[in-house]
Amino acid sequence: MNFSEVFKLSSLLCKFSPDGKYLASCVQYRLVVRDVNTLQILQLYTCLDQIQHIEWSADSLFILCAMYKRGLVQVWSLEQPEWHCKIDEGSAGLVASCWSPDGRHILNTTEFHLRITVWSLCTKSVSYIKYPKACLQGITFTRDGRYMALAERRDCKDYVSIFVCSDWQLLRHFDTDTQDLTGIEWAPNGCVLAVWDTCLEYKILLYSLDGRLLSAYSAYEWSLGIKSVAWSPSSQFLAVGSYDGKVRILNHVTWKMITEFGHPATINNPKIVVYKEAEKSPQLGLGCLSFPPHRAGAGPLPSSESKYEIASVPVSLQTLKPVTDRANPKIGIGMLAFSPDSYFLATRNDNIPNAVWVWDIQKLRLFAVLEQLSPVRAFQWDPQQPRLAICTGGSRLYLWSPAGCMSVQVPGEGDFAVLSLCWHLSGDSMALLSKDHFCLCFLETEAVVGTACRQLGGHT
Amino acid sequence: MGDWMTVTDPGLSSESKTISQYTSETKMSPSSLYSQQVLCSSIPLSKNVHSFFSAFCTEDNIEQSISYLDQELTTFGFPSLYEESKGKETKRELNIVAVLNCMNELLVLQRKNLLAQENVETQNLKLGSDMDHLQSCYSKLKEQLETSRREMIGLQERDRQLQCKNRNLHQLLKNEKDEVQKLQNIIASRATQYNHDMKRKEREYNKLKERLHQLVMNKKDKKIAMDILNYVGRADGKRGSWRTGKTEARNEDEMYKILLNDYEYRQKQILMENAELKKVLQQMKKEMISLLSPQKKKPRERVDDSTGTVISDVEEDAGELSRESMWDLSCETVREQLTNSIRKQWRILKSHVEKLDNQVSKVHLEGFNDEDVISRQDHEQETEKLELEIQQCKEMIKTQQQLLQQQLATACDDDTTSLLRDCYLLEEKERLKEEWSLFKEQKKNFERERRSFTEAAIRLGLERKAFEEERASWLKQQFLNMTTFDHQNSENVKLFSAFSGSSDRDNLIVHSRQPQKKPYSVSNGSPVCMSKLTKSLPASPSTSDFCQTRSCISEHSSINVLNITAEEIKPNQVGGECTSQKWSVASRPGSQSFGKHL
Repeated sequence: MNFSEVFKLSSLLCKFSPDGKYLASCVQYRLVVRDVNTLQILQLYTCLDQIQHIEWSADSLFILCAMYKRGLVQVWSLEQPEWHCKIDEGSAGLVASCWSPDGRHILNTTEFHLRITVWSLCTKSVSYIKYPKACLQGITFTRDGRYMALAERRDCKDYVSIFVCSDWQLLRHFDTDTQDLTGIEWAPNGCVLAVWDTCLEYKILLYSLDGRLLSAYSAYEWSLGIKSVAWSPSSQFLAVGSYDGKVRILNHVTWKMITEFGHPATINNPKIVVYKEAEKSPQLGLGCLSFPPHRAGAGPLPSSESKYEIASVPVSLQTLKPVTDRANPKIGIGMLAFSPDSYFLATRNDNIPNAVWVWDIQKLRLFAVLEQLSPVRAFQWDPQQPRLAICTGGSRLYLWSPAGCMSVQVPGEGDFAVLSLCWHLSGDSMALLSKDHFCLCFLETEAVVGTACRQLGGHT
Repeated sequence: MGDWMTVTDPGLSSESKTISQYTSETKMSPSSLYSQQVLCSSIPLSKNVHSFFSAFCTEDNIEQSISYLDQELTTFGFPSLYEESKGKETKRELNIVAVLNCMNELLVLQRKNLLAQENVETQNLKLGSDMDHLQSCYSKLKEQLETSRREMIGLQERDRQLQCKNRNLHQLLKNEKDEVQKLQNIIASRATQYNHDMKRKEREYNKLKERLHQLVMNKKDKKIAMDILNYVGRADGKRGSWRTGKTEARNEDEMYKILLNDYEYRQKQILMENAELKKVLQQMKKEMISLLSPQKKKPRERVDDSTGTVISDVEEDAGELSRESMWDLSCETVREQLTNSIRKQWRILKSHVEKLDNQVSKVHLEGFNDEDVISRQDHEQETEKLELEIQQCKEMIKTQQQLLQQQLATACDDDTTSLLRDCYLLEEKERLKEEWSLFKEQKKNFERERRSFTEAAIRLGLERKAFEEERASWLKQQFLNMTTFDHQNSENVKLFSAFSGSSDRDNLIVHSRQPQKKPYSVSNGSPVCMSKLTKSLPASPSTSDFCQTRSCISEHSSINVLNITAEEIKPNQVGGECTSQKWSVASRPGSQSFGKHL
């Protein structure tokens, strides 16, 4: 595993282009586009103010930079550096901006969710969509970029509108049986829309593309409900994480629950591997010093080493006592993600913040548990293989795969606190983001060796 | 009187005393009252009584006291103290014998009484102690009773308290339930209130939004604008189309298409799954039938009604099974048949297994008895045999020991020892001779083999030479062909195949043990084909080397070609690669040297 040098970054804005060739990062009001392989700066754009949001267009030709404070969006072209586009929302204000899947339209949400303005880069036309709902996840596009679903609120009722992205024509408009809709999400196959209600009520509704209600599911009443929802990449499963600390898996045939995964604080099953991160202060004995010094450029010695130990069952995980009299208590399943091959599901229970649970979806059982020394900040699956990268806000990167897991110290002067990470589409590298720096981590050496081995094996 | 005194029994000292006292103080006249008093005052003697007694009989009242005593004694059933009077007028005489007898009896009585008294006293003591014991027991029991009573009262008290508590808890529970109900009601009311408020607020908010919208949006805000250098083309290169009814219909169509595709895809998946499941079922069925068929005959012979009918079903099913097309029928028609047949077979299997189980258990039971007996007999026989053997062995050992001892005893005799040694040596010599002859035979065999091998090698060398010549000629020919014809490939192919055929024939001649070799064709003149060929070759010491050459060829085919061209006349590229590979195969016996060449 290799690490690039450290580059400057502000507000965690660093994104790989969808084609995997470029890497855009922001430093205050400057947008820097680098080549992924050489990390040389290809373009440098200067915006009018501090950038708060960036997004690549789907064809990797344009980047939009949103400056919400100013109500401004600036678009840059990678092919024509002199080309520029500036959208000013004026007094209407701006709270969100995103590309349409065709990469030629920009959807700006004005302040107070008064409307969504659809700006076209091809024609002068401007469309408005009224009554968008102010909620966590109110806009969702299908994977093929054909349709957009939008949550709306009119006359104290929730509606969902489905638009055809090619000409922004309204295809379907239907009301949903929700108290206060919180999120919508298309299935990866683009045929089913999952709609879930506010956390006060456990309710998830599944609508077909043509607006028919396929099914409604509610696990319980009178308690805080859904916290997170994720579709499996195969569209076969819908994982619903809730405040009761359980993940319920719905199937795509009957839309009934197949199984539920509890997240108890103690693990008794001896079949489950529990990896426990253990910290070891380096032994600075005389014997250690007498060794020849490390290779030049290896960086300073880490203050302490960390490695995984396989804990023997029963294992009790560190739990956090939630403050129940505050809003948004730290309980329930806050994060869940399917591996790209749909074989594994990674979850985090917010009142056991140090642990990541990996579930085997084929056998519908717990596969492994990773307990970190500090709360898990983010995790993301390798887009190519079942490999999970985890960061905890410390200077280490953690990787899990079915074969085992490891922790890697990010080299560099001082601590590089990894707050977030994102994989490159090839799975060979990933960007590690700290508060004001980022670096790339290359894993391809390992992969190349692996493939080489495989090729050799194939030949002989 | 003096006689009377002397007659008194010396053993009865206490009595005699009193008597002596009587005698000494006989002057006292006994009064009846007195005497009665004395008699009443019981037997225990005291000085007072003595004094009374002393007053009983005096000199004056001897007669009276005698008569009195006589009277008393007669009333107690003693014989009279007086002699039988012959005449009434005659004064009755005191019969001393009777007196003495009486006295003796009295004394005996006295002793008896004393004994009885002692007994009674000991009994009295015993009873007293018993009494004490019982009293203590009684008191203890009383205490126990008291304590248990107290305990009972305590328990009752506790029970009462617990009941009280229980009642309280019930009350509390009820209260809590009420509370919960109340709270739920409150929650519900709050929720409705909250929802109502929310709605109100939202309406207000909406109004405000509308107003804001009007204010902000309708006023031509100059600022709201897009400043763009030039418009870019659409990603798909098309121009944007106008929105018309047509586009709407098209969108609908597309949407339904997508949905339909999805459903079709799912249906396909389900069909595939179904087909696989059917396959599994079919296989299961087949296996079941095959499993059940060998024992089909048996029950038929047994004329078992139930199994017989079922087996006929099995046969029917087997007939059905042969019609594979049945599986492609829609599910509904097949399903019933399938499930029914499977069920039937399952039942058969089950009954069969059960039967087997029964049989096994029966056999086990029967066999256990029979075999056990037999085995026991065997055992006994065996043990007897073994014991006999042991005894024989022991005897042998004994005799040997004896012999040894004798030998030891006669060890000093050199003659005998030398003789013994000699006999041992002779034995060894004989054995060695035998081994020697064996070795010789083996050696002969080896030599024969070697000779045959060398002959074969010579033959191989010759053949190789011939083959090389042939190859040279062929290459020449090929070269000529190459230069003469335009469409080389086809010609080469033909030639090559012809050649490979001939080489094959050669091989067949040389190694008659490779009859399975396939004739080579040009189409599989690739490394894959090579590997196949190597596999078809029998394992021989040269195969490993051959593999090496093969890998060399596959990796550096061009170099290989060059090598060959350097060695031989240049073949063309296309044919060359093939020939090089073919060639190495064909010349397998010499491949070792080839590996070295390459």
